[in-house]
Amino acid sequence: MSDAAGTLPTVEDAVALGLTRDEYALIIEKLGREPNDVELAMFSLLWSEHCSYKHSKKLLGTLPTEGPKVLMGPGENAGAVDVGSGVAIAFKVESHNHPSAVEPFQGAATGVGGILRDIFAIGARPIAVLDSLRFGEPSSARSRYLLDGAVSGIGHYGNSIGVPTVGGEVYFEGPYEQNCLVNAMALGIANADEMIRSAAAGVGNVLVLFGASTGRDGIGGASVLASAEFGEDDSAKRPSVQVGDPFEEKKLLECSLELLRTGLLVSLQDLGAAGLTSSAAEMASKGEVGIEIAVDRVPLREAGMAPFEIMVSESQERMLCVVEPSRVDEVLALCEKWEVHGTAIGTVTDTGRVVVTQGGEVVGDMPVAALVDDCPLYDLEPAKPDAQIYPAPEAVLAGGETVSETLLALLSSANIASRLPLFQQYDWLVQSRTVRRPEQADAAVLQLEHGNAIATAIDGSGRKVACDPYWGTVGNVLECASNLACVGAEPLGTTNNLNFGNPEKPHVAWQLTEAVRGLGDACRALDAPIVGGNVSLYNEAPDGPIYPTPVVGMVGELPDPTRAGKLGFGAMGDVIALAGPFRPSLAGSELAKLRGEALPDVLPEIDIAAVRGAQEAIREAVRAGELSSAHDVAEGGVLVAIAESVLGGGVGAQIDLKTEDEAWLFGEAPGGFVVSGPPEAIERLAQRVETTVIGRVGGGALTLGEDVSWSVEELQTAHAALGTLFP
Amino acid sequence: MARVRVLVRPKEGILDPQGVAVERALPALGFDGVSNVHVGRLIELDVDDPSTVDAMCQKLLANPLVEDYEIVS
Amino acid sequence: MKFGVITFPGTCDDVDARLACARVEGSDVVALWHRDRDLQGVDAVVVPGGFSYGDYLRAGAIARFSPMMESVIEFANDGGTVLGICNGFQVLCEAGLLPGALLPNVGLRFLCRQVNLEVVDTDTRFTSGMQTGEVLSIPAKHMSGRYFVPEDQVDGVRVVVRYAHDGNPNGSSNDIAGVCNAEGNVFGLMPHPEHAVDELTGSTDGLRIFQSMAGALV
Repeated sequence: MSDAAGTLPTVEDAVALGLTRDEYALIIEKLGREPNDVELAMFSLLWSEHCSYKHSKKLLGTLPTEGPKVLMGPGENAGAVDVGSGVAIAFKVESHNHPSAVEPFQGAATGVGGILRDIFAIGARPIAVLDSLRFGEPSSARSRYLLDGAVSGIGHYGNSIGVPTVGGEVYFEGPYEQNCLVNAMALGIANADEMIRSAAAGVGNVLVLFGASTGRDGIGGASVLASAEFGEDDSAKRPSVQVGDPFEEKKLLECSLELLRTGLLVSLQDLGAAGLTSSAAEMASKGEVGIEIAVDRVPLREAGMAPFEIMVSESQERMLCVVEPSRVDEVLALCEKWEVHGTAIGTVTDTGRVVVTQGGEVVGDMPVAALVDDCPLYDLEPAKPDAQIYPAPEAVLAGGETVSETLLALLSSANIASRLPLFQQYDWLVQSRTVRRPEQADAAVLQLEHGNAIATAIDGSGRKVACDPYWGTVGNVLECASNLACVGAEPLGTTNNLNFGNPEKPHVAWQLTEAVRGLGDACRALDAPIVGGNVSLYNEAPDGPIYPTPVVGMVGELPDPTRAGKLGFGAMGDVIALAGPFRPSLAGSELAKLRGEALPDVLPEIDIAAVRGAQEAIREAVRAGELSSAHDVAEGGVLVAIAESVLGGGVGAQIDLKTEDEAWLFGEAPGGFVVSGPPEAIERLAQRVETTVIGRVGGGALTLGEDVSWSVEELQTAHAALGTLFP
Repeated sequence: MARVRVLVRPKEGILDPQGVAVERALPALGFDGVSNVHVGRLIELDVDDPSTVDAMCQKLLANPLVEDYEIVS
Repeated sequence: MKFGVITFPGTCDDVDARLACARVEGSDVVALWHRDRDLQGVDAVVVPGGFSYGDYLRAGAIARFSPMMESVIEFANDGGTVLGICNGFQVLCEAGLLPGALLPNVGLRFLCRQVNLEVVDTDTRFTSGMQTGEVLSIPAKHMSGRYFVPEDQVDGVRVVVRYAHDGNPNGSSNDIAGVCNAEGNVFGLMPHPEHAVDELTGSTDGLRIFQSMAGALV
């Protein structure tokens, strides 16, 4: 075995690639010798945090992952739940935070591309995308640039590939200024018994690579392994930005689904982070087999790529499949039909090793177990900080504002204003399933062929989790389920993306540990197990980490899409009520943020069972067609929720509320719902859950008590504030 | 084998919002005295017979209704 | 009535178009593959929306050269009914079956929203049975929908639908949303009638265009 320059990489090279000295020593032990450049590159990627989850795996093991509706749990490319009639909905969320901070358009675009591949890699046709975005305050030019780029990138990719972007969220907070968050979630549909797994199987079977050709995308970090022939000016040849091609992926998607439909594949895997390295190694590991890859068979976009480059390239839009030898020609023919250039590049062996060859010579030879299973897992050393580590947000309100001014300030604030300026850049229609468009309801609703429908929402929380990682996370998970309840859907499963700082720091370890504990408890209490997810760590700048930001996506089912709930008030004369065990507090709220108040150290406890009970009552009332509207109370509290229902319905409301109590008007907590409907319907609801009648639908304005009122136009203007961010 | 470049630009008189956007962005970055900005497309190709490039432009590379093209070798 | 809906590499709204055609009573719908030449005896061809060839080079510029489009051009020249939706409209303009070209939206952003279309010409097989001035509520979703035709040609263009109520989303000349050829058998429009055929997902005004094509709209 030899490498290009004839010398082996050193421990310093290993450290430059992100490995610790101990990890390097462990690699030598596992290999029985020092690794060459191909092997070191592959180990460094598979043992990186991103691929190995070495700091989070033990913690993730505490999450609930099983349930009667779970068809595919964590560990495969995506999870899947049973929605009835033999239909499975696959879904997962993933982050692309660091690439988006470098180049937001391509970072966000390739984030969408990556999550879509995870969906069709298990045989599901992608049917929806949702995104969770977090940037610094919009007063920062850089944050506006990142926002614009990310939204354009998501639109570019999702629209071009024909998958509707049906929901999402965006938040602006100081701690994300240096480390933005771009989390992309996708859903897909499949027949439950036709989904495919990624384990390679069948000694002698052929590995076929199809899709785009392989270039030097994403190799940046591994460039320390350049052989002596490459000079410094070759850095341009190793772009660290991956460029997405949604057209290529559309062809790849159709080809993959047709290959699966015609029963040609033994297994399928997409190429994502760490490219061929991770796909091949993980397929081999799951199948408990070995794999041999001939890098000279890989179609290249760039001349003269070294074997290590070919193995670690992150060129997008590529898939790897395992095919019986007798069927390879048919597979290649289908690839030709879809113009995705299939090539046989290797075989499945029984050696339990990953062997990489070039021109018939072995250039890398490692045990699969060492690469995939033997990466050391680390225990976190959590320690609760003595004091709040995040500074108080900058005050935007001077103080002494009236209720009238306060509502308008909240409605026009970046975290509350209408997101339509973003959503209108996305195709939310294609595939003809979208029953509830963005901002028509608290969750997206998609009709299915069998007559029922699914609902989906994505919710994250940063500031509240910074206040209290446990209760903040519990509240966040409950909010997601409440959003589903408002359209009449019962949650079936959850996906999560944990976005945190450096876990080797005790206070971040504490945030992560507490948040995972809250995530687990809440998902257990809701019977919405985790079916898959992603962890993004080291989101940290010199002045500190991001807010600890768990993001959850949920999928639920509703039997009758014609009864999907809406958030806008409907008929004149309808009664408006506040339902649920709602105990609002201004601690950590949007109003507290606008006032520049310091973050509290703790949030009030939540009666999870009571909130679940309220969700069920709302859900049943919506399914029965009793309510004209149902809207979860979130940022800004009750008065903001009422204003949103006024705007959603285009009709006024008369509210009889205590006007002095700010905690009541603008306080936040899980478990509050603003609903409207005929008096009898509200009375029936009151028998199942705490309900207070607070007013009536009618008039052309929102009026509060006797004295305060806003015209619909005034509310509309305030609510349209984000339009200025997209000139 | 020759390396040919084709520059495709929007025809005069047709609103070019990309050109307008760039023209508006430059002063904010400290570049004054800029006008008449147009944004187009560059196509580079290696061809055996450079005399065929004009026909390529007519047929595919440019839309003669709304674009002008210039062949540069 | 037999409809044929083309699929090019990158086409997205072909399935939606087939579903819409299938809602017309008594209709038959077939998928037409871009590399084939056989129109399978269809009465009408639909060139659907999406991003054929990724919109690379120019939207529709590559798809127009496909073998299927060669057959469609012949079919259209013989008087066959051809509907182009969004990317389909772009393909028909590139193919010379319709006058003009579609340029990037003035706002330079992809825009997805419901628009109101005023029916201007009811003397086409796509709008017969409608009233002049009738307004159709139909979603539009595109990046390059700004219809352009040189000044000296604009009067000769048969405008079929216009954006109504100051709702022009892309800056097209004279608020033009869709045009047909002089003979009235080829029609292209930027908004998506196939996404306005189901009350559950929006309005059903778009269905009227497909019904018209089948002679089913009275």
